[in-house]
Amino acid sequence: MTSTLRHARYVVGENPVTLLAFGLLIVMLLAALLGSSIAPYDPLATNTVRKLEPPSRAHWFGTDQLGRDILSRVLVATRLDLAIAVGAVSLSFLVGTAAGACAGFFGHWVDRIISRLTDTIMAFPLFVLAMAIVAALGNNIGNVVLATAIINLPFYARMARAEVNVRREAGYVEAARLSGNSALRALRCHVVPNALPPMMVQVSLNLGWAMLNAAGLSFIGLGVRPPTPEWGILVAEGASFILSGEWWIALFPGLALMLAVFCFNLLGDGLRDLIDPRRRT
Amino acid sequence: MTPLLDVRGLGKRFPLRHSQSAVHAVDDVSFSIAPGECVGLVGESGCGKSTLVRLVTRLLDPTTGSICFEGTDISRVPAARFASSPWRSRIQMVFQDPTDSLNPRASAFDTIAEPLRRLGTANGRRAVSARVHELADLCGLARELLGRFPHQLSGGQQQRVGIARAIALSPRLLVLDEPTSALDVSVQAVILHLLADLRERLTMTYLFVSHDLNLVRLFSDRVMVMYLGKVVEIGPADRVFEAPRHPYTRALLSAVPTPDPVLRRRRIVLTGEARSPVDPSPSVCRFSGRCPEGFERCERDMPPLRPVGDKHEAACHLLETQAVLR
Amino acid sequence: MSEPAVEIPLLSVEDLSVEFRTRDGVVKALEGVSFAVGKGETVGIVGESGSGKSVTAFSVMGLLPPAARVARGRAVFGGLDLLSASGRQLDEYRGRELSMIFQNPRTALNPIRTIGQQLVDVLVRHANLFRVDARARAVELLARVQIPDPGRRFGAYPFELSGGMCQRVMIALAIACAPALLIADEPTTGIDVTTQAAILDLLGELGAQSRMATILITHDLGVVAERCDRIVVMHGGHVVETAPTDELFAHPRHPYTARLIASTPRPGAKLTDLLPIPGSVPDLRQALPPCRYRPRCERALPRCDEPPLPRLVLTPRHLVACQNPLPVEAV
Repeated sequence: MTSTLRHARYVVGENPVTLLAFGLLIVMLLAALLGSSIAPYDPLATNTVRKLEPPSRAHWFGTDQLGRDILSRVLVATRLDLAIAVGAVSLSFLVGTAAGACAGFFGHWVDRIISRLTDTIMAFPLFVLAMAIVAALGNNIGNVVLATAIINLPFYARMARAEVNVRREAGYVEAARLSGNSALRALRCHVVPNALPPMMVQVSLNLGWAMLNAAGLSFIGLGVRPPTPEWGILVAEGASFILSGEWWIALFPGLALMLAVFCFNLLGDGLRDLIDPRRRT
Repeated sequence: MTPLLDVRGLGKRFPLRHSQSAVHAVDDVSFSIAPGECVGLVGESGCGKSTLVRLVTRLLDPTTGSICFEGTDISRVPAARFASSPWRSRIQMVFQDPTDSLNPRASAFDTIAEPLRRLGTANGRRAVSARVHELADLCGLARELLGRFPHQLSGGQQQRVGIARAIALSPRLLVLDEPTSALDVSVQAVILHLLADLRERLTMTYLFVSHDLNLVRLFSDRVMVMYLGKVVEIGPADRVFEAPRHPYTRALLSAVPTPDPVLRRRRIVLTGEARSPVDPSPSVCRFSGRCPEGFERCERDMPPLRPVGDKHEAACHLLETQAVLR
Repeated sequence: MSEPAVEIPLLSVEDLSVEFRTRDGVVKALEGVSFAVGKGETVGIVGESGSGKSVTAFSVMGLLPPAARVARGRAVFGGLDLLSASGRQLDEYRGRELSMIFQNPRTALNPIRTIGQQLVDVLVRHANLFRVDARARAVELLARVQIPDPGRRFGAYPFELSGGMCQRVMIALAIACAPALLIADEPTTGIDVTTQAAILDLLGELGAQSRMATILITHDLGVVAERCDRIVVMHGGHVVETAPTDELFAHPRHPYTARLIASTPRPGAKLTDLLPIPGSVPDLRQALPPCRYRPRCERALPRCDEPPLPRLVLTPRHLVACQNPLPVEAV
């Protein structure tokens, strides 16, 4: 375990970009965990007297049209956004990788069926498909996670299929068979762990994308409903005020969203370095 | 004495996609290996030796023929289920390229322990650990290297890990698939000495595949030459190398670069293109068209393996003519 | 090592030293490499992995990666020092007077252009032919490298050809402009022995026909023994011995050369005759003694630890870099 930690320290310390990304990630995680405790105001508390105030000492990010403190809302929303993104990506990663790995390893009819399924999903414009799923199944957060996971599935299935296909004929897979592993076990314990590092970069890019997706859905009113703070909703609420000059209502949640996506993008390489044993010196 | 491995009429066809044709990778191959022997297998790319090796180690299922190991026909057990059959531990292989055949994410210890954990009778971590250390010592691998990953080991060290893994379950038949071609020549000698030593100590039988003919000669007792899926010559190593009877073997040996000008042979140049392995005609010698000595019978009949000396056989019509003339 | 040559050599490499900047520090990949190639001569460079033979070739051709730096030395070809030449000057020579073939023929050919087109590209660029004439000449070249049915193969893609054929195409590309010097970097590794023999025969014939000099880089002693006039033995970035072929095999003077020969399988030898070389190839990232073979050498003397590495001229054509070379009788 200590060698993993040492390796983690090395990876993080080696590249300033990785360091930055991890730093941002820690900030976000802290905000998600402690948001409601460190928020200066109750995110749902309205105060019409102090509505539409620009950023000031009392309200660092200003207030919105109902007098709610935007900083508190942005902070508290972190948990929800992260949870949705991580939940959706985890689900699609697990299911997609499993399906893609089987397709890539066994080939023949397994490959045909799984590929046709993923092709079907990809035939739709993905955001529209997500909208349709949420609208059909019901307008709640769980279905937002599910919808985002479903439209994301083909991405992982294809990647896994390709990575597994390349490694299928490798010597160590044959050696694993010779050592008494069944084909399925060889796939699970030997091929998939080696196929993971290149996918890690994609996982983190995907987190950013999933977050945008969820934000997009709530922007148009699907999924998360007001007054629950969520960055997409916050931006939606603020959008109507931009032209009238209250720029801060949309800007700060938008910035938070941007920083989160940025962080995930940068994290990709770091994650891969962390997992790939070849990077160990 | 019953042979350890007895292969009869072994064939493997790979169907081509979207057509009825098939590549005949291995065609009607028969040979046997006695216990304790080392049989060399030579041939150029496309001759079928990799396919034959995978058939013998049961990673592939044959299309025709039988593979009798210690008296039982193991070709009846499908390759997909062979991993759980009792013979799995008795036939093992050392691979050519250690960078490809060692799991990059597994330490040397885990790689060697894998067969023990899957198929071994040793129970518990202590027993497995003890056996891994024993194997590392046997293969000349320093114990402190066991925690390293393949990319942190040199080529020779990686290959020792591969060998330790292969002998972990004390197999009776060990297939060596070009075990030293990816290594420097100075390391090669060490690994070969190790393999020879292990063979004696652990009474194993070897099937030694190599493209380096000089190496096969000094390492094997008998040698088998393959061409386009068929065995063209088989016999004691010294005999086959000193006095090859098949025209292909002669051409092959003449092409081997030799440092000693005295021992150099006159080159036999092979002109023409090799025959296609797709749906080859069963009545035409595979080497005809390229053979410097063919005659019309070569395009009419497939030559069978004929004895040309003590335990020495070759598949060529010319030999029959020679026998008749004698 | 400067040889008192009868005629001015075609290529003269003097004291070539190349360094690589890596994560772990500076790696001195080559140090003081010197040798010469005469007109029409075939010189073999042998060595194990890490000996620097490919780096030498890439240095001469100016194909080193950005992380590499030529610390010192010269490579004089036709009066021009290739190592200090500008890009424009090098472009005049490369592909025309000086060309190279690489180890893996498939990766050296462009997979999305037909072999005929690739030949025409070279001819138009370097031989200044018009496309029309270039096509005819390309077919001629394919025939010259013994590719059957060259007219039809002109339109073939690399993936349609076997490894041996791709190698021949690469040779055709290299000799298209009748270079004076051809560098062949491991041209036969990974190729069947019969094809290998045919390729080497071809190179030999082409060399003889047009008095083209060849540098043959390989780890296979058998190959250099049969094909080369002179051999340069390298170890750990140093040249350890240079001699005419027959003399090198009959009387190797450097302990490494002798052990290299002893560890190569040859007909008639037994397994017990095959002697390994103790130790391992030097790790060029570490600090190294003046003689990089010293840790592995059974003939090491105390003065082997004192720089500089000596260059002994045993005969005008036989040079060895050793404080304690083998006596002549030790064969």
